[in-house]
Amino acid sequence: MINLLKARITHGYQAIPNPLTTGIHPSFPGRPEIVEGADLSPLIPLCPTGAISDKGIDMGLCVFCGLCERTAPEIISFMPDYKMAADSREKLIIAPGQKEMPKITPPMPRLTRRSFAMRNVSAGGCNACEQELGASSNVNFDIGRYGIEVEASPRHTDAVILTGPISKNMAYALLETYKSIPKPKFIILCGTCAISGGSFASSDQIDRSFIESFEAQLYIPGCPAHPLSIVHAIHSFMGAK
Amino acid sequence: MKNPRLIPEPMPLELLDFFQYIRQLISDGHLLLNYFGSSEKLIYALFGKDGELKLLSAPFPISESYDSLTPEFPAFNMYERLLYEEFGILPEGHPWLKSVRNHLPKEEKHEDYPYLMSDSPLLHEVGVGPVHAGVIEPGHFRFICKGERVKHLEIQLGYQHRGIEKLFLEGDIREKSHLAESIAGDTAIGHNLAYCLALEALSDSPGAAMPIRFIALEMERAAMHLADLSALGTDIAYIMGQNLFAALRTTVINSALAICGSRFGKRWLTPGGVNYGINKEQADILRDTLKEVRAQVINSAEAMFGNSSVLSRFDDTGVLSSADVIALGISGMAAKASGIPSDARLDFPLPEQNSFEPFTIYSGDVYARALLRYREIIQSIDIVLSLLFKLDFEAETKRELGNFSPSSIAISIVEGWRGRIIHMIKTNAACEVVWYKMLDPSFVNWQGLALAMRETAISDFPICNKSFNLSYCGSDL
Repeated sequence: MINLLKARITHGYQAIPNPLTTGIHPSFPGRPEIVEGADLSPLIPLCPTGAISDKGIDMGLCVFCGLCERTAPEIISFMPDYKMAADSREKLIIAPGQKEMPKITPPMPRLTRRSFAMRNVSAGGCNACEQELGASSNVNFDIGRYGIEVEASPRHTDAVILTGPISKNMAYALLETYKSIPKPKFIILCGTCAISGGSFASSDQIDRSFIESFEAQLYIPGCPAHPLSIVHAIHSFMGAK
Repeated sequence: MKNPRLIPEPMPLELLDFFQYIRQLISDGHLLLNYFGSSEKLIYALFGKDGELKLLSAPFPISESYDSLTPEFPAFNMYERLLYEEFGILPEGHPWLKSVRNHLPKEEKHEDYPYLMSDSPLLHEVGVGPVHAGVIEPGHFRFICKGERVKHLEIQLGYQHRGIEKLFLEGDIREKSHLAESIAGDTAIGHNLAYCLALEALSDSPGAAMPIRFIALEMERAAMHLADLSALGTDIAYIMGQNLFAALRTTVINSALAICGSRFGKRWLTPGGVNYGINKEQADILRDTLKEVRAQVINSAEAMFGNSSVLSRFDDTGVLSSADVIALGISGMAAKASGIPSDARLDFPLPEQNSFEPFTIYSGDVYARALLRYREIIQSIDIVLSLLFKLDFEAETKRELGNFSPSSIAISIVEGWRGRIIHMIKTNAACEVVWYKMLDPSFVNWQGLALAMRETAISDFPICNKSFNLSYCGSDL
């Protein structure tokens, strides 16, 4: 009993008071910034996932390995900004000179602003995004405070939140889970693998036909997506006040 | 240097000699470490004893079949199944030849998968997965129960198969850290370290900053053990433990983020050394943080293990016998909790690694696996603290890799938080990479969970599963 009391007192208050505005350690590689007018061409062949093009950095392909930043710190810097999510695939491409992400438009705020339930399907996910999604509900990030829950039954949810590049062997289970969600329903892609296949895009054991058949409404980049990115993204998406 | 190790390509043996040699090695007390087929139509077998490695190979049998070793040595079970699935080499007389990651050619649909079934009206079946009730990876579990008692658990994985071994051969193998980190994202540091060491052995250029790598490895171990203690607390409705350990894990992984930018230690290590070193200021912060964590872990764990309702759930639940551990070749934490001191830090020490004595607990139950985690968290934090104390802040953090050696095989062994991780890489005469092989301890250890569930109540499956916490994607690759 005495140990429990000691542990409880030392534990203190662990919840982040406001995970939507809290700061993050400066070494966190979040939303990238590219110097305006910079020549990206020498960096294009360097990127292991082909995220860099003339247009900028595609956060949907980026695995945040930091190679470009370490090579050309004067051109590219990954800012300690976890507000990285977007409501369309194109908005994940950060153009040179861009300083912030476009706002996320909640598709059905009147229905979702007070509560939002999701069913996670891991389809080839490496357990990093899964753990970060789990951590979003833990004592520190406590996504539940906004009425956001990860539920067991797809019948009780508003959205499927996908992690992983979609392995062939999970394609059917993912589709069946999505079909079991009552309408209106949404697709959230959590992590770079889910958004684009990430490091696994070229594998013949990956089946992306689900993404081609159904359009996702929310894209949360990261490798893995940080819990603060997840909390911010879903909170914005549900249209909470 | 014994680990990582570079060896010239072994001369393939005659098949008869190969199997005879295998039997001889096992009877001499050698431990089977890996057994696999390769694209060059060779079967490889890797053994270890007293820190020494033995690698033998033989060509695929012309008849595409051979007498299965599994009935005699159950440790071959998973390896022989995979060899059959990948290359169609039939181990004749294998007791239960089924697919591992993909369906066998003759089974066209998942429904055709040959699960063990019983016609007895006394028994019923429970199927769970691949989509589970929580935020976890997919796998299928099928229980055969008599009332509440599990008579048999069949674990069918493969849902996570991403073909990762092939992806290592696309493009420059020196730039695959991000893939190595995704073999199992919860073991990003363990697998990436094994990958880096294998490349460094192949190019005969020892990596820099080994102390920082060990700090990373032990921080990952402490963090994942804390996550598991938290999850075990959740599954027995001990909410205090769930929250105390989850908060402690957050502190440890946020300390990793403060150094390398990733809570999972992704992008920290790189072939040749580390991408992010530790300076004096970072070391001071990390040391102070870990000291606080250490004290709080002791408070929290003593409270948890002193709670009678916790103990009544953990004690004698899901027992894995030491005989099964030895027979199946189970490694790492699951083995140590059943009294077998299997730890690569002891068996195959890495360069600059201090002498190491693993903890062992003998009861083999959920309690043993939980208590072992507590002991190892403290042990890992102490290792990190002592490494920080001696850390040379001026030391170089990265060296260039040299050219690869021709016709060689590099082997690296790392004790990840689950157990023994083995990476192997082979080059041809032109120094090109022929194949890349990786082995996560989960591949073998899943069998331990299946055995531990026998005669256990089905309602105890969650804590048994959590007490092993094996990797789905590490097994499926």
